Amino acid sequence: MRIALVYERLREEERQIIRAIEKLGHEPVPLHLNSNFLPINHGETFGAEVAVIRAMSTAKAHASAITLSSLGVRVVNLPDVIATCGNKLVTTARLSEAGIPTPRTAVAFSLDGALEAAESIGYPVVVKPVNGSWGRLVSLAQDEEELRTILEHREAIPSPYYRIHYIQEFIRKPGRDIRAYGTEKSFITAIYRVSEHWVTNTARGARAVPAEPSEELADLVIRTARAVGGGFLGIDIAEDEERGLVVIEVNAVTEYKNAARVTGVDIAGELVRYALGEGE
Amino acid sequence: MEAECPICGSPVELPDDVMAGELLECPSCGATLEVYEQDGTFLLREAEEIGEDWGE
Repeated sequence: MRIALVYERLREEERQIIRAIEKLGHEPVPLHLNSNFLPINHGETFGAEVAVIRAMSTAKAHASAITLSSLGVRVVNLPDVIATCGNKLVTTARLSEAGIPTPRTAVAFSLDGALEAAESIGYPVVVKPVNGSWGRLVSLAQDEEELRTILEHREAIPSPYYRIHYIQEFIRKPGRDIRAYGTEKSFITAIYRVSEHWVTNTARGARAVPAEPSEELADLVIRTARAVGGGFLGIDIAEDEERGLVVIEVNAVTEYKNAARVTGVDIAGELVRYALGEGE
Repeated sequence: MEAECPICGSPVELPDDVMAGELLECPSCGATLEVYEQDGTFLLREAEEIGEDWGE
């Protein structure tokens, strides 16, 4: 079987995926998006039956997934899942609908609306761009004055996305959070990301340590994956003092080199096997 | 194999197993460059910041 690796940047994860495809006896077809184009309705057929979408920007991941799936290619992740996970507001809505514990969240469309939202949630609150990842441009407001400053900065940015204020309860973390990996069928593995700073992305300096597996964590991962439409996902979970495990965010194109290294789990192999639909 | 740095014009050595999408640093000017492919040849361009879709 020919398995396309659809990517923007060749990172360690992408190299591992190519090796995993070969190890499983299949033929990797690397497709560097910035060097290629994807015909939607003309030209010869696409040179692979399966495609693993690794584009780092949600927009390019979604565009390539939509195009390839419309050509009959089996894509992972599905375009709808990429779109859902790429938008924090849509993700929170899906999780809430499925009864999955997630921080108290509100969306506001003006500065005053956002201040009222924060009152209803209770300080401290976090203001996040609806899309965007690696914990950037996420601001913490301890009180109304801080929130007002953050919002005035956001409202100065002339993009409609900055008029939508996604306000979320700040979950106090015990110096760590959990990044778990799984699908709608199975829990794969999980790490603690240990960091003094409240932003715990390993891309921002947090340390990866294998997490204690538990029935509760495994069940939450599978339910979360189902809530966003299934897929091979990286799920960010906080340990709240009162509520226990709370899902913060779901990533449809997930980094995992640190998790694979410290847990010894062949995450790239699991991803390729999932893309092949093994066990279906 | 070599390609020209688009920033300072000096030659940049490409690894034998080079692939499009790799990041390289120009040894002369230090710019971060992305390898891309055009008609079978590997070329270099300045690596742009990837990822964040700020809704533009």
